Amino acid sequence: MHPIVKLVAQRLALGILLLFAASVLIFAGTQILPGDVAQSILGQSATETTLANLREQLGLNEPAVTRYFKWLFAALHGDLGTALTNGADIAESLGKRLKNTLFLAACAAAVSVPLAITLGLVAVRFRDRWPDKLISAATLATISIPEFLLGYVLAWFIAVKWGWAPSVAMISDSMSLAEKLHAVALPVAVLTMVVLAHMMRMTRAAILNVMQSAYIETAELKGLSGLEVIRKHALPNAVAPIVNVVMLNLAYLVVGVVVVEVVFVYPGLGQYLVDHVSKRDVPVVQACGLIFAAVYIGLNMVADIVSILANPRLRHPK
Amino acid sequence: MSEKIEYLKRRVAARKMSRREFVGRATAMGVSAAAAGTMFANAAQAAGPVRGGTLKAGLSGGASSDTLDPALVASEATHGILRTWSDTLVNVSRDGAVVPRLAEEITSSPDAKTWNFRLRKGVEFHNGKTMTPEDVVATIERHTGDEAKSGAQGIVKGIESMAIDGDIVSITLSQANADFPYLMADYHLAIQPNGGKDDPNAGIGTGAYIIESNEPGVRTTFHKNPNDWDPDRGYADNVEILVINDATARTSALQSGQVDMINRVDPKVAGLLDRAPNLTVKNVSGRGHYVFIMRIETDEFVNNDLRMALKLAINRQEMVDKILRGYGSVGNDFPINAAYPLFDDTIEQREYDPEKAAEYYRKSGHDGSPIILRTSDAAFPGAVEAAQLFQESARTAGIPLEVKREPSDGYWSEVWNVKPFCTSYWSGRPVQDQMYSTAYLSTAEWNDTQWKRPEFDAMLIEAKAELDPARRKELYSKMAWMLRDEGGLILPMFNDFVDAISTRVMGYEDDPNGELMDHFAMQRCWVEG
Repeated sequence: MHPIVKLVAQRLALGILLLFAASVLIFAGTQILPGDVAQSILGQSATETTLANLREQLGLNEPAVTRYFKWLFAALHGDLGTALTNGADIAESLGKRLKNTLFLAACAAAVSVPLAITLGLVAVRFRDRWPDKLISAATLATISIPEFLLGYVLAWFIAVKWGWAPSVAMISDSMSLAEKLHAVALPVAVLTMVVLAHMMRMTRAAILNVMQSAYIETAELKGLSGLEVIRKHALPNAVAPIVNVVMLNLAYLVVGVVVVEVVFVYPGLGQYLVDHVSKRDVPVVQACGLIFAAVYIGLNMVADIVSILANPRLRHPK
Repeated sequence: MSEKIEYLKRRVAARKMSRREFVGRATAMGVSAAAAGTMFANAAQAAGPVRGGTLKAGLSGGASSDTLDPALVASEATHGILRTWSDTLVNVSRDGAVVPRLAEEITSSPDAKTWNFRLRKGVEFHNGKTMTPEDVVATIERHTGDEAKSGAQGIVKGIESMAIDGDIVSITLSQANADFPYLMADYHLAIQPNGGKDDPNAGIGTGAYIIESNEPGVRTTFHKNPNDWDPDRGYADNVEILVINDATARTSALQSGQVDMINRVDPKVAGLLDRAPNLTVKNVSGRGHYVFIMRIETDEFVNNDLRMALKLAINRQEMVDKILRGYGSVGNDFPINAAYPLFDDTIEQREYDPEKAAEYYRKSGHDGSPIILRTSDAAFPGAVEAAQLFQESARTAGIPLEVKREPSDGYWSEVWNVKPFCTSYWSGRPVQDQMYSTAYLSTAEWNDTQWKRPEFDAMLIEAKAELDPARRKELYSKMAWMLRDEGGLILPMFNDFVDAISTRVMGYEDDPNGELMDHFAMQRCWVEG
């Protein structure tokens, strides 16, 4: 077997193992939450008999291990159960929200990743001169401002004052792609500002690191122009750390944007999770936890595999 | 000039002139833009409702865990959605009268124990089924019983039996209640086919709008019910309710024209918002009140002189100005104001009087140790600041208060109705009887001030069965005086409902029963242009 196939297979297996470990943690975490699920559903109207009936109905009388494997087995078959609060099918309602979250994350990534890498390259090319300083100052400023404030300021100018884009970024299936893109313009702008600096600084640092190497000097002596040297020789050798930080930010765009969702009234997964946590709707919280863990593990695995593939020593073994 | 203006107004009333055109011409004649806007609104309002268009509301108080079940409605957005698709037997009008809705005629036996509701004929549900008395009985049944988990459980508790006679539903109560029709106006008691026993979440009712799509906590869309029984509502073709929980996001959605009306405008920004050109802030005095609760059976507050000292040591006007920013009115230590029917406006207003307060405090023989006042933002917006203002005004009277801030989580289970002295909120009820029965009857579960007076209970029960309004008013007045002078309630302020609507929305009327015309705004307003 080609060693690279073996390495990738190992990574995949490790990722799946990690996901199982995460599922154990999520299940255990929701079990030690204070309060009994049956009690929190019934609230004030709880009596001994209704409590006992509901516990029986929810299978709460079985040992935790049995319940865990039942839950896991159902989840692997795509059955995430029904929400305790409104009896909705979790897979269905969560699916809709996840689609929205992924759409927003994809739009934000499509803008921010190329922009961050380009700005990083430009910053290296003009290192320590005004373009570098301007880029650093601007991106550090936007990452330092809390995202809700950025959101309100943009909403005030762009939505209220000038009317270019809506401040309520509500999307629905009946909208065309162009309408959806217009609707999410403001949240995408805010998210871009929030993640730009991290990726840009990492790109700059990784490439600068490579720029010290002897082969860069050789390339310069060959007579290549500054940007050509960076693009052809420095960037390919700096891919691994850049991909890592890009994946980290993509994961953030999927699981960590609840504040932006609230400010722009975006129907994403974060708001869905928060609503159900406050009502102690455990099955929904477990399902969301599983999705978030899968996103994190999956994206990190992609980063690992890309770094492996980007390493010529692993690609062409002796 | 006035002739010309009159001419323009007539053009507006005849729908021959747009708002933009009218304001443009009127300002050219030297009328200020604001005045021109008002003139246009009046002229267009006088012209009567316009049909068509889409009305969009942005409401706070919704979550993705919400359902359409009327029994479980507890927050504003779900309330607004419910009102748009459903009807109750009766409504309470703006001036506090019972208005027949799905019930056409209401009569009672002379002892106010049996109530007959004659149902309107030919009312169709959204699924095409005709409403029957059986549906009404089934609806009330579904809210009864310990497992019902219904917000109306306390209301239907007093029903002993129900009977159907042709198109009349007669309800017999275990105890006489002259206000019973008011209870049937409760929004939880929306009439559903077979009482919603088959599917409580179906969202099928008799309202002016039919639910098209419902995404809990995000958006609910409606279209006009073509078979609506009431021609005087449902003017827009489509209604959309968006859940916007963030206050700033709500105001910017209104300002940028993405929604036409919003609820719960933050009093801190209401004044500024009202200056924006394309919208109006509407504040309506209601029955909700922000209070300080003293529990009478505790060691400290068993002493009425101490209670009186604290009542005199609070600066009510300052509270209204600083906590409510003027969007409210002063209270008088009993939970009733002019928004209630049979309110006695001759009861003397209690004022801030530090000298008299100091006198009562000395008389009470209190040991001078700080009295602990517990508070949290969960009680009402600005509760912590209100407690601090109270601390300052009491200090002037020489009464030491210590403000203790409690966590919001668990405030209603750990502090309110448990600790001797705390801040709280009451949302008010449609009639005095219901307010007093909920919180001031000796046996009431929510009697948070521990007000237990047999003579007060007797008057309350007498008034409940009394059909003569003059006698009832007299009884309620006596009860108010008693509570004001001896009760454990410090009631410095009644808060207003603060809504904001776009200038293209017509037909908005102030309604003390609740925000956004008691949530009927979606059915009763129309959009111009």
